[in-house]
Amino acid sequence: PPRTHHRAPPAAVPAMNCRAEVLEVSVEGRQVEEAMLAVLHTVLLHRSTGKFHYKKEGTYSIGTVGTQDVDCDFIDFAYVRVSSEELDRALRKAVGEFKDALRNSGSDGMGQISLEFYQKKKSRWPFSDECIPWEVWTIKVNVVNLANEQERQICREKVGEKLCEKIINIVEVMNRHEYLPKMPTQSEVDNVFDTSLKDVQPYLYKISYQITDSLGTSVTTTMRRLIKDTLAL
Amino acid sequence: AMDTDLSSQDRKDLDKFIKFFALKTVQVIVQARLGEKICTRSSSSPTGSDWFNLAIKDIPEVTHEAKKALAGQLPAVGRSMCVEISLKTSEGDSMELEIWCLEMNEKCDKEIKVSYTVYNRLSLLLKSLLAITRVTPAYRLSRKQGHEYVILYRIYFGEVQLSGLGEGFQTVRVGTVGTPVGTITLSCAYRINLAFMSTRQFERTPPIMGIIIDHFVDRPYPSSSPMHPCNYRAGEDNGAVYPSVEDSQEVCTTSFSTSPPSQCVFTVTKAHFQTPPPVVTDTLKVPVMGLAFSHQLSSSRLSYQPAALGVGSADMGCPLLFAGGLNAAHPHQLIGPGKDGGVPPIPSQPAHGAQADQERMCTPLDGVHYPAATPSSSEDTETVSNSSEGKCGSPHDLLETIFIRKVGAFVNKPINQVTMANLDIPFAMFAPKNVELEDNDPMVNPPDSPETESPLQGSLHSEGSSGSSTGNTHDDFVMIDFKPAFSKDDILPMDLGTFYREFQNPPQLSSLSIDIGAQSMAEDLDSLPEKLAVHEKNVKEFDAFVETLQ
Repeated sequence: PPRTHHRAPPAAVPAMNCRAEVLEVSVEGRQVEEAMLAVLHTVLLHRSTGKFHYKKEGTYSIGTVGTQDVDCDFIDFAYVRVSSEELDRALRKAVGEFKDALRNSGSDGMGQISLEFYQKKKSRWPFSDECIPWEVWTIKVNVVNLANEQERQICREKVGEKLCEKIINIVEVMNRHEYLPKMPTQSEVDNVFDTSLKDVQPYLYKISYQITDSLGTSVTTTMRRLIKDTLAL
Repeated sequence: AMDTDLSSQDRKDLDKFIKFFALKTVQVIVQARLGEKICTRSSSSPTGSDWFNLAIKDIPEVTHEAKKALAGQLPAVGRSMCVEISLKTSEGDSMELEIWCLEMNEKCDKEIKVSYTVYNRLSLLLKSLLAITRVTPAYRLSRKQGHEYVILYRIYFGEVQLSGLGEGFQTVRVGTVGTPVGTITLSCAYRINLAFMSTRQFERTPPIMGIIIDHFVDRPYPSSSPMHPCNYRAGEDNGAVYPSVEDSQEVCTTSFSTSPPSQCVFTVTKAHFQTPPPVVTDTLKVPVMGLAFSHQLSSSRLSYQPAALGVGSADMGCPLLFAGGLNAAHPHQLIGPGKDGGVPPIPSQPAHGAQADQERMCTPLDGVHYPAATPSSSEDTETVSNSSEGKCGSPHDLLETIFIRKVGAFVNKPINQVTMANLDIPFAMFAPKNVELEDNDPMVNPPDSPETESPLQGSLHSEGSSGSSTGNTHDDFVMIDFKPAFSKDDILPMDLGTFYREFQNPPQLSSLSIDIGAQSMAEDLDSLPEKLAVHEKNVKEFDAFVETLQ
């Protein structure tokens, strides 16, 4: 069968507004990791493709993305993630650091973790490449302390239900089919996708987090103020 | 100039995409209700049969059902493809839980590129479906199915019927994809009113994750209802061989193009593409005969474990224990993997099985209404398999004749030294074996420990101890034997036991002695001014230090 080529109309350059989505969860300390992983993996499921294989004439084929179910141990909840151990490891590492930072902050246990999708824009020397975000997911976390086993059991179920709502929210956003970076040529692919994984190809992303204390300020300023006050005698 | 009408190639592509999207949608939904975790592998090289660049397995029976329901048609306005998920208890009561609807509305997006944008958005929609199928209430119910109820699916094409979901059902939208011929919508309506069957009832049994319940002896259904056929039906012994999607010559190899950066071209090369003959049929109207009983409608019980995901039967315990000929002459044999004693669970089948229930056929096309079938419909009995009994004999008889001896944990003596008849107690080896050796055993008769006077010890023994003025604790604790656990007493000259004996009565710490404690509070206070004076003298140094911190 003959190949048909469709000439696309000249695309208007989209305004580079970054889409921002915020989700909030209240969880027990031991649920933080699983709750974060559930949300991050669900987002990345929608923001990962198979590996691109460029061929001649500028054509490319796309690999296959596998998926798998993950059951949570501390939450009555299950989610689907991309079958990629590398990606899972990367997320677990980031979430682990976030959890540790939350625990060590000594504050009320509030913080947020952000998953940012960006495109790279190459600049001439001596300027370094720009990272232009196009979608940012922020999960605000509030860690609660529970008194007894009964409360914990209720928390397991409640957090499970809440996460179901979050998944539905994420899917709603994904379904809007708003701006996505254009499919890149071979020379540009590393400016749009993370091609370092061997089995899947997520859009370029970075994960960062912040811990807030009960006054809403970041921990470092509080500590500095604390030391100054005590030494003022 | 831009074509405003769809080219014939685009139209063909679009129809194919919609068809395979419908088939994959059904696979995802049904697989999500099998009651087990699904896992597929990513592959960096495209295989050509992974539609929408997603690894979604095709269960042949499910594809067959879906194709039958579609009968060559595609979802269109007023003609929706529906997957109904229902629950059926062991008593035969049944209840609709969810209706997943793949619909088409008239809102067309003429500008959108079929070959590229529509395809990718359909892929995204399938991912959303994967996510959403895990968050509706039926997911958790389906993970716990087996003992008291099973989950069934039914595919129909035509008008969506939500009346079986009870009052107040909720809807969740999975997503939409606009195409030049209409907008595809995927949504789920699910029951929330589980009044006549509370969910609590089904959560009594603890969830068994990832294991097909059928592997155990329990037959949840007392009647002859064939809801749990035991054999794996890979298609060899099954009368109806379902052609897999791969066989059906409709393979899509996709390649995308980005010649100039602004152009994206999608080409589909088809290995013989066979246009299905157009079938003109009336809209399928499936009779609904009431809320609780939908047996007359075709339904399939499905609990499927594809061979690719198969778990070996090695972890099923030790079936060899129940093969004939095992005797109790091997008392030292430890039982199979990880078991601590007792008998491992008896598998009722040798291997995992795909339990493709024989479906009850219903072809509403010819307008025949079947009478409401009773729960234990006779036409289903053929799938009852007695293979479990045949293979294992009567497990309960064998149980009584096997005597399993368990050697105690942490044993570090060779097994042949164990002489106890019934070594079911831990640390059994430490029980006294040869009494005459004990006299020479320093463990039993330790040398006298150094006598030290300590006020603390004195206070401990000041009351209620008989003649212990010397602080000799031997009189308080009569030690018959001293074999500390986990210690190897035949290797080192000094070991834990000896150490303990020798250092049983250490001298008192000086800081804890009464002398210092007797210092009065007044003396402490008196020494304070002196200390303060020292600090004041060094205040400049302290300030300088504080400065460096700021």
